[in-house]
Amino acid sequence: MSKPFLSVENLTQIYPDGQGGDLTVFEDATFGVEKGEFVVILGHSGCGKSTIMNILAGLADPTSGVVKMDGFEVSGPSLDRGVVFQNYSLLPWLSTLKNVTFGVAARHPEWTKAQVIEHSKKYLAMVGLEGDVVYRKPSQLSGGMRQRVSIARAFANHPKLLLLDEPFGALDALTRGTIQDELLKIWGGTEQTVFMITHDIDEAILLADRILLMSNGPFARVAESVEITIPRPRNRTDIVEHPNYYAIRNHLVHFLGQRSKEISGKAEGSDTNRPETVHIDKTALAADGPGDAPRRLRAVNT
Amino acid sequence: MAGLSLNQRAAVLSIVLLAVGLLIWEAAIPAQKAVGELTEYERLTGGGAPKAGVPAPSQVIAKAWEELSNPFYDAGPNDKGIGIQIGYSIYRVLSGYLLAAIVAIPLGFLIGMSQTAFKALNPFIQVLRPISPLAWMPLALFIIQDSEASAIFVIFICSIWPMLINTAFGVAGVRQDWVNVARTHELGNLRTAFTVILPAAAPTIVTGMRISIGIAWLVIVAAEMLVGGTGIGYYVWNEWNNLDLTSVVFSILMIGVVGMLLDSAFGILQRAVAYVE
Ligand SMILES: Nc1ncnc2c1ncn2[C@@H]1O[C@H](COP(=O)(O)OP(=O)(O)OP(=O)(O)O)[C@@H](O)[C@H]1O
Ligand SMILES: [Mg+2]
Repeated sequence: MSKPFLSVENLTQIYPDGQGGDLTVFEDATFGVEKGEFVVILGHSGCGKSTIMNILAGLADPTSGVVKMDGFEVSGPSLDRGVVFQNYSLLPWLSTLKNVTFGVAARHPEWTKAQVIEHSKKYLAMVGLEGDVVYRKPSQLSGGMRQRVSIARAFANHPKLLLLDEPFGALDALTRGTIQDELLKIWGGTEQTVFMITHDIDEAILLADRILLMSNGPFARVAESVEITIPRPRNRTDIVEHPNYYAIRNHLVHFLGQRSKEISGKAEGSDTNRPETVHIDKTALAADGPGDAPRRLRAVNT
Repeated sequence: MAGLSLNQRAAVLSIVLLAVGLLIWEAAIPAQKAVGELTEYERLTGGGAPKAGVPAPSQVIAKAWEELSNPFYDAGPNDKGIGIQIGYSIYRVLSGYLLAAIVAIPLGFLIGMSQTAFKALNPFIQVLRPISPLAWMPLALFIIQDSEASAIFVIFICSIWPMLINTAFGVAGVRQDWVNVARTHELGNLRTAFTVILPAAAPTIVTGMRISIGIAWLVIVAAEMLVGGTGIGYYVWNEWNNLDLTSVVFSILMIGVVGMLLDSAFGILQRAVAYVE
């Protein structure tokens, strides 16, 4: 099997626990992400999702393990990996527009000032920020608006890998829907790979090709990789009609509600910590004949 | 009063306080004269000459009018206009201050960025900082052999510490998130320093600069009293030797006004670099 675009191998993160001991956040996390894939990671608060993302971004080094992108080991951040941080991380002394041009100018040093501004404004408009608002400082924006600036800054740079840490957390349902659609449009039109953290199960199903499920920390693991067997283009109203939707959703809810706790803690004896692939497809069953209830679960160790 | 804004009410109150203060001062002067016998000192120094008493505000105002209407005259070493004297002082303050900034801000950056540099330099800073700048004066005069340069050196040494320490703290306290933004955009060290760390630390740095300029202005008066020749500090001392207390009071007020102007210039700078998180 050829190496995936992004490959995460035996990632372990240990922090001091503040009382002189060690806190193993996660251990031997191993998974791959294919080029152009949209992967969402779900897990309870504190299981180490942001930590994994920081490592993927190259902002932090894991205690052990490696991350490879395109065959090269990730060491340090790069413009090829764009990040939307959980806390937006806008520069408060710059205007909204300048927060975006800051990134665009770094990506395209050869562009003229006018080109940089035009490109930045285009992406700000895409997330619904137009007119006077772009000249305001982040402190004069609402939480959701700040989040959108941060999204525009990352999207405008067309990184090969887009790392999104709860990018829509502070948005109201309506804006969230619009920006989800924009994200799908941007992602669909390019070769970009997306790795996203969210707490919203429905959002995960709408957007993802695959959902990685993490067990609770400490000693969290990437336990399952759930394929979203719903064809694209997906639409938030029609998607719930799909026979696989509730099967997948129930599986996720069950995992987060119950199993993430049950299987938490140190893994017993398994040498590879690759997540179990879960493939839920009711459409095949529906063709066979209705009624036979048991959900088909195909577990493949890749 | 009810219809006035907060600022207007404050202004009215200020003017009232000023007027009352001046009136009390004015009223107190003749009374003092009437009761006062000549002191031993006054008798020795040419006793009871009309200028030797504490002047009334009206005299000070008259003096101020006279001096300020021709601030730049130069009639020999002991008789220069107030503008020239203040000009000398400002020149010395700014020279010493700028030299200090040139050293303190880059050094503070280094200390703020590196734990090792901080730990290594901290003991020196802690010992050198509490030394009264004037204590350096004899050493400076001996080594530099030039009173002008020695005064500038004293300003340099007193203004360096607040700038150095504030720059170091400001730089060390820059939020890692902002540095991470620079890193994910592959900005080099120099670009990160100028486009992220400097603006992020600027409010703290400028606060240090503001404290420094205040201290420098305090110190220059004392330094010029010691080295003599020119400057507002020398002027105060010279007028005291002439027993021209009206000029002394007038120059005290001028020291206050110039200090306030310097401070408010940095206040403007401070507002310009401030940001809300
Ligand atoms: N710098 C650090 N030092 C010590 N412990 C840390 C540090 N950063 C994170 N942790 C710990 O690591 C664990 C995982 O943190 P992380 O931020 O990755 O969680 P998360 O999964 O992103 O949670 P959330 O969904 O709430 O954002 C937490 O228990 C946290 O306390
Ligand atoms: Mg997080």
